[in-house]
Amino acid sequence: MLKYLGIEPEKIKIGVFDFTGCGGCELQLANKEGTLVDFLALLDVVNFREISSDRGDDYDIALIEGSITREDEVERLKEIRKRAKILVALGSCACFGGVNTLKNKFPLREVVEEVYGKDRVETGQVRALGDVVKVDLQIPGCPVSKEEVEKIVVNIVNGAEIKFPKYPVCVECRQKLNTCVFDLGQICLGPITRAGCGAPCPTGKVGCLGCRGPAEEANYESFRQILKDHGFSTAEVMEKINFFNALPEMMIDES
Amino acid sequence: MKVEMKIDVHHLTRVEGHGNINIRVKDGKLVEAQWAVVETPRFFEAMLKGISYNMAPTLSSRICGICSISHTLASLRAVERAMKVNIPRAAKLLRLLAKHGETLQSHILHIFFLAAPDLFGVSSVIPLIKSHPEVAGLALRLKELANRICDLITGRTTHPVSLVVGGVSKVPEKKELETLKEEIIERLPDIQATVELFRTLSIPDFVRETEFVSLKGKRDYPWIGGELVSSDGVIKKEDDYLAMTNEYKEDFTTSKFTRLSRESFAVGALARFNNNYRFLPDRVKAAARKLNLQPVNYNPFMNNIAQVIECYHVMLEAIDILDKLLDNRLDRIRAGFRVKAGEGVGAVGAPRGILYHSYILNRKGVITKANCIIPTTQNNANIHHDMAALVQQSLKQNKNDMEITRLSEMLVRAYDPCISCSVH
Repeated sequence: MLKYLGIEPEKIKIGVFDFTGCGGCELQLANKEGTLVDFLALLDVVNFREISSDRGDDYDIALIEGSITREDEVERLKEIRKRAKILVALGSCACFGGVNTLKNKFPLREVVEEVYGKDRVETGQVRALGDVVKVDLQIPGCPVSKEEVEKIVVNIVNGAEIKFPKYPVCVECRQKLNTCVFDLGQICLGPITRAGCGAPCPTGKVGCLGCRGPAEEANYESFRQILKDHGFSTAEVMEKINFFNALPEMMIDES
Repeated sequence: MKVEMKIDVHHLTRVEGHGNINIRVKDGKLVEAQWAVVETPRFFEAMLKGISYNMAPTLSSRICGICSISHTLASLRAVERAMKVNIPRAAKLLRLLAKHGETLQSHILHIFFLAAPDLFGVSSVIPLIKSHPEVAGLALRLKELANRICDLITGRTTHPVSLVVGGVSKVPEKKELETLKEEIIERLPDIQATVELFRTLSIPDFVRETEFVSLKGKRDYPWIGGELVSSDGVIKKEDDYLAMTNEYKEDFTTSKFTRLSRESFAVGALARFNNNYRFLPDRVKAAARKLNLQPVNYNPFMNNIAQVIECYHVMLEAIDILDKLLDNRLDRIRAGFRVKAGEGVGAVGAPRGILYHSYILNRKGVITKANCIIPTTQNNANIHHDMAALVQQSLKQNKNDMEITRLSEMLVRAYDPCISCSVH
């Protein structure tokens, strides 16, 4: 609209940063190639070390991937928090600690020794970004869905409301007319996990692992009943529920 | 004239993960050239302990967001060899097709997004969209195709869904496979244009003889499993991967270093090309000749060119695989198996080089010991030693610190390091 009137709208300045993680969520930003040029046209990418040598400190939105595991990361994250108007946790590691938190069940000394032997390597308990600084917005997923990130960033640019689905993955899966993964004999966390991903895992005939965190409108009671009916062991269920550290623990014991 | 230099590149850009370059020159002589990885370790080998056999590939995938398919395949192979599972032929073909999609995705990302900006003298690929739209177009179309392959075959572009112990959990419809084949054929002119483009770009002139390690081809250019080979003549069985890697730790880096017959060795596209050139089809060999890439090539900057060549090769081979899949019934995609105790190694030619996963499973199929050796881990020592040689050569050529910084950065990028991965 502004362009039509001959006014160039001011681009929103964005910085993309990574902490302890795999780089996969950052990579999603360069995916969805069909709309990538238009997406980038909305933004002024001032800092995105993984793909650019520009190192600007003046950004409105900070998209941050990864969890926090070392003291220097705490300092770096606090610096970013000071500069950013909106700090977005990008992906399950940033939102919940992600798979990295599997480390937390072992004593740190044991973990270091397992991998580095007698050499000393600094590491700490794995934390989500929100455990260290104030997070304005969480976009979960392992990896994040580029479609969702795109929609959210566009909404931020346009000042539109950002909404996440309240219903579980199960709903999206059923819309695809998939065979239920429970009927294939597997555990699926689709009934309790927040939708928005398009259910790629159950569509691929593999149970959902809950990477997007809990759905607001989940029916835990019926989920427990499904688990019971299929006779899964608590250990099997726990392994999945704890995988991304994204789901509350409260509902496991009774399963 | 006495030349003094103090070069410190903190958190090098346009590479995955965090690494620093530190160079000191005194009285015109090199005192130190260091490639120091400072990435935070995640301790995957510790996290894999206590994980069940069917979740290990899912967890291992998260070691790397760029080569998650390779990690999944190495993990699956380790589990399947430990439990003696033979996967059906169709599943093997589908896995290799997924692997090719990933190689294409990873190489295109590196060639165009990470390396090419240096060759065009810009800070990132973003300005190229305006200044060289034809180059950006090639990059986007080829990357889109690569992601299409991964998405269709594994259910997602990153962190594959349908690669499971015993084979694959889902197979696309034949009609979808036919469409995919057409899409790859349609993009062949783009990869040929990429070859022509790289003919016009100048690659830094630098040579340091080293040892190249990769899988050893039998009949084909090798990607999944088989014997291990080095250009210095070492041949080992897949299970003997530790004798091929010899990891050790240096104080200044969180990634381990490795060595074999010399102080360091290299893995990756150039290593595969040097060791397995004879398995490439004539069309691909002709493209390599056009780009002045002949085995054995000792210029690490030519790894970018070897990646271009491998892109061409995997696209052609993906078409062959699709033909085979289309000619066969696709109802047997997953083998039945019994969970049992065992030890297994899985070696895979990941985009950045040979990757090993090795597990010990108890009788319930739970991992009791895991070891993962990552391509970039194996390259780190070679990068480190290359850098010293590169600085020395540059000093002889009277290059200033700006030029040396730029060349050293380009050197590290040429290896396409995946630093998070190397520390895992």
